[in-house]
Amino acid sequence: MLEKALRGTKTYWAWIFFLLALFGVGFLFYMKQLSYGLGITGMSRDVSWGFYVAQFTYLVGVAASAVMLVMPYYLHNYKKFGRIVILGEFLAVSAVSMCVLFIFVDLGQPFRVMNVVLHPTPNSVMFWDMIVLMGYFTLNIIIGWTTLGAERKGVKPAAWVKPLIYLSIPWAVSIHTVTAFLYSGLPGRHMWLTAIMAPRFLASAFASGPAILILLAFLVRKISRFDPGTEAIQTLAKIVTYAMITNIFFFVLEFFTAFYSRIPGHMHSLQYLFAGLDGHGKLVPFMWTFVVVAAIGIFLLIIPRFRQNENLLGIAALAIFISTWIDKGMGLVVGGFIPNPFEEVTEYFPTGPELMITLGVYACGLLVLTILYKVAIGVKEEVGA
Amino acid sequence: MYDAGKIIIGLIVFLGFATFPIWHDGGKAVSAPEPEITAYAKKIGHCVEPEKWMRANHMQLLDHWRDAAVREDKRVYVSSTGEEYDISLQNTCLRCHSNKEKFCDRCHQFAGVHELYCWDCHLESKEMKKWAATDESF
Amino acid sequence: MGCNRREFLKIAGLSTLLGAGGNAAFELLRPGALEASEFVEGKRSLEAGRWSMVIDMRKCLGERNCTKCMDACHETHNVPDFGNRKDEVKWIWKEPFENTFPDQENEFQTEELEGKPFVVLCNHCEHPPCVRVCPTQATFKRKKDGLVMMDYHRCIGCRFCMAACPYGSRSFNWRIPRTAHNLQQHRNPEYPTRTKGVVEKCTFCDERLAVGLGPKCVEACDEKALIFGDLDDPKSVVREIIRNNYSIRRKPELGTNPSVFYLI
Repeated sequence: MLEKALRGTKTYWAWIFFLLALFGVGFLFYMKQLSYGLGITGMSRDVSWGFYVAQFTYLVGVAASAVMLVMPYYLHNYKKFGRIVILGEFLAVSAVSMCVLFIFVDLGQPFRVMNVVLHPTPNSVMFWDMIVLMGYFTLNIIIGWTTLGAERKGVKPAAWVKPLIYLSIPWAVSIHTVTAFLYSGLPGRHMWLTAIMAPRFLASAFASGPAILILLAFLVRKISRFDPGTEAIQTLAKIVTYAMITNIFFFVLEFFTAFYSRIPGHMHSLQYLFAGLDGHGKLVPFMWTFVVVAAIGIFLLIIPRFRQNENLLGIAALAIFISTWIDKGMGLVVGGFIPNPFEEVTEYFPTGPELMITLGVYACGLLVLTILYKVAIGVKEEVGA
Repeated sequence: MYDAGKIIIGLIVFLGFATFPIWHDGGKAVSAPEPEITAYAKKIGHCVEPEKWMRANHMQLLDHWRDAAVREDKRVYVSSTGEEYDISLQNTCLRCHSNKEKFCDRCHQFAGVHELYCWDCHLESKEMKKWAATDESF
Repeated sequence: MGCNRREFLKIAGLSTLLGAGGNAAFELLRPGALEASEFVEGKRSLEAGRWSMVIDMRKCLGERNCTKCMDACHETHNVPDFGNRKDEVKWIWKEPFENTFPDQENEFQTEELEGKPFVVLCNHCEHPPCVRVCPTQATFKRKKDGLVMMDYHRCIGCRFCMAACPYGSRSFNWRIPRTAHNLQQHRNPEYPTRTKGVVEKCTFCDERLAVGLGPKCVEACDEKALIFGDLDDPKSVVREIIRNNYSIRRKPELGTNPSVFYLI
C-alpha cells in the first residue's frame, strides 16, 4: 500500500519537500542544541520544562482522541464513522511519533535514552508513559494498516484485529491518564497537584483531537475525491462541543477551589497565568486569548445552525484547536513551574532555536501524517472508484 | 524486469560503495598500535588484574568499579590476586596511565571507539601533565 | 551490580551443578569480572543509619554576607558559575526566611527573622519525590545511610526530578560546565566536573564521608552553625541538639521527611 505515497501531484511533492526542508532546518538547530546544551532554549533552573514537554503533553491528547472515533464505530456500531475512523487512527500514529521526538529533543543526554529500558523503574510514571505510548503507537499502526489493507481487498479485517481494537480503547484513555500522572503526582507543584488533572487532560484531548480531525476532513475533501462524510463530521462536531464544554467546566472548577478557598499556593499559578504575579505576566495575553477564542469556539459549536454551516464549523474547529493548544501547549506546563518552590517568579519564553526545533518535530509528524493519509485516501479512492 | 538497465547499474554502484573498504585496503594489514606504558607504571610493574585480562575486559571492569563506588559506596577493589586498590579512575587508573593520549586514545582511535564521555567529567589535564612530567624522571 | 557476593556464588554454584558451568554463570552475571575479585567498603568510611544536618541559624552569619559554606562547597565540587540566573547551578545557597518557609507566613515577623537569609541545600528526604520519579534510578536513596545520591553516568537529563523536588534543590547543566568562567580558571583536580545535560545537587559530600571526613560546608563554617550527624543514633550530636532546641524543617506537610533541621 505504501506505493500510493510514491505517486502524487506536483503539489503533493512540493508539500513533501517543504516538510523535509523544515525538518532539515530543525535538525540543524538540534545539532546546535546537542553541542551547546539545552541552554539554547529558554528553560532555566526554575522553569525546567518548557515548550518541548508542553507540545508532548498536547500531542498525547491528540493521539488519545482517536478513541472518539474507534469507540462509536467498533463498540457502538456507528456506521457513519466507518469512512473516517482510519483518519483518526493515523492521526494518532503521527501524534505519538511527535510525542516521542519531543521527549527525545528535551533530553539532556539523548544518547542514554535506552537507560529507561536498561534500568526499568516501575515507580517512575515516566517509565509507564513510555510503555503506554509505545503500545498505543503499535496498536494504531497495526489496526490502521490491517483494516485499510482488508478494505482495499474488499474483505473483512482478520479476526485477530478485533481484540486489538477493543484493547486500543482503554489504552487510549491510559496514555493520557498516565501523562496527567506525570504532573498530578508531584508534591509541591500546586497547580498540577489536582485529582482532576487526568479528566481535564481527557476532556481537552477529546476536544482538540476531533477538532483537528474536522479540519483535516475538510482538507481531505477539498484535495481528494474521498469524502469522509458530512454526517460523520457533524457527529465529530458534537463530540468537540461536549468535550470542550467539559474541559472548560473542569477549568472553572480549578478556579473555584483555588479562589474560594483562597489558599495562596493554589491561587499563585493561576494568578500568574491570567493576571501576572509580582509584576511578571508574559503569558497573560496568551491565556486571555485562550479564553476568548475558546468562548468563540464554544458559541459557534453550541448553536446547531452555526455548527451545521461548514464554514463556521471550520472556524469553530480552528478556535478549539488554538485555544486548547494555548491552554495545554503553553499555560499548563509553564504555569506549573511559576512561582518556583521558593515562591519566586522566574519567567519563561521559548527562544528562536527552540521554536525552530519544535517546528522541525512538527514537520516530521506532518510528514508521517501526509504519507499515512496519502495511503489511506489512495485506498479509499481506489475502492470507491 | 522493468528498467533492467537502471537497476543493474544501481546495483553495481551500490556494490561498489559497499565493498569500498575491501578493495581500497585489500591486502594491506594495518598493525594495531601498542599502548605506551609510562615509566611510573613500569616501576609499579603490574596492573590491578593480569595484563592480558585487562586488555580484553578493562571496559567491564571500569563499569563495575563505577557502579560499586557510585551506587554502593564500595570504594575498594580486592583483585583476584588479593591486592586492594582504591576505586578511582582519576587517582588509581590514571596515576599509572597518565599518558592518556598514548595509552587510551591510541587504541580507541584504531578500534573506532570514539564515543567515550569519561573525560567530559573526569581527569584534570593540569594534574595529569604534572604526573606525566614527574613520570619522565623515572 | 544486582547481587552481592554470597548470592552470586550461590547462583554460580547452582548453575555449575545444573551443568551450565561456573564460568558461564560468571560471564552471565558479572561479565568481565574475575572469579576471586570483590568490592568492599573503604575502612575509613564514616557510617550512619541516616545522615542529617542541623543548621543553627542563630549562629549563621549569612546576613553579614558570609558565604563560606557555599564557596567551599562549590569550589570543592567544581560547581560551574555562568554568572546568570538562567544557567545557574547551585548546591548550597541562601534564600530569605519567607521564601525558605512559605508555610510560615506571618504578617508580623520578628525583626531578627524578617528577610533573614537562610542556608538551603538538598534535604536528603526520607521519602524523596525525586527518587520516586526518576525513570533510570540515576538519582537514588542509598540504603545504608539514607543519602539521596546522583549517578551522573546514568542520568538521561529528563529533569523529572527537578519538577518533583518541592525544595528547588536540583540544578541542570544547561551548558557545558567546563566552559563556565570559574571552572576555566580553577578546578579542584580531586573531584570530577559534570557533563552537560545531567542534573546535579548536594550529596552530603559522599566522597568525603568515604574517607572519614564530614561535609565540606560543615568544615568551612567557622561559626559551627552547621552540624552533621546520624539521625538514627539517639546519642548523636544532632539528636542531642534537636532534643534540646526547637527546630523546624522545610515543608514537612508534604510528607517527604527532610533530614535538614533549622534552629531559629
